[in-house]
Amino acid sequence: MSTMTAQATQVYQLYIRATPEAIWDAITKPQFTQKYFYGVPVRVTPEAFDGSDSAQGSVLEFEPSRKLVHTWRALYDEEMAAEPESRVTWAIEPQEGGYSLLTVTHDQLDGSPKTAGSVAGVGWMMVLSGLKTLLETGKPLSD
Amino acid sequence: MDDGDRIFKALADPTRRHLLDRLFERDGRTLTELESELEMTRFGVMKHLRVLEDAGLVVTLRQGREKLHYLNPVPIRLIHDRWIDKYTEHRVAALADLKNELEESA
Repeated sequence: MSTMTAQATQVYQLYIRATPEAIWDAITKPQFTQKYFYGVPVRVTPEAFDGSDSAQGSVLEFEPSRKLVHTWRALYDEEMAAEPESRVTWAIEPQEGGYSLLTVTHDQLDGSPKTAGSVAGVGWMMVLSGLKTLLETGKPLSD
Repeated sequence: MDDGDRIFKALADPTRRHLLDRLFERDGRTLTELESELEMTRFGVMKHLRVLEDAGLVVTLRQGREKLHYLNPVPIRLIHDRWIDKYTEHRVAALADLKNELEESA
């Protein structure tokens, strides 16, 4: 693990061989998120990002198959739960040839160093790597 | 050229690795900031950033009139996943930690 302070704005971008609709479903429905989001059932409605006892947030923008913006409070650790809320933006852009470009930006982490450290490195990477594998192969990254 | 070719080609240059190192230390930097640390013309730095962007290693976000550069770690992680599975990862991580520790205390 790096001993450096994690960035207050983190950007992750990847191509996924899937339609924007399929990616949207995989992000917002618990039957999909359970297979790549550390086993957590996540349900996203126009009002709330409900990651059960792992993370919670309110939804700021909800444009199906295009854009989702929500606040983020990690609940899997007491110290992180006490930090200020940060913000997560999911942007999906269709590409020619059946691909989509997914950009995840986690920002407003300035006052939340513990959360920033946790989601940096393996944190989001594991989620996004697993999301890509699930959509492209129908199987989770690991059992 | 496939994605893998683009990534390895982008990494096969010391200036571009240096730019990634700068962004790893602190990202969200402007071209002007990145340029000030290199003995190179603005145009030269732009060209290198362009190669990194095409490979998906750098992502730019607009903030007002400024274009900010961020290190995108996903492509490197996908290369990692291709050859290192979850069982091998622990052994590799332990050896990498050992190397770092020994070199820091040396």
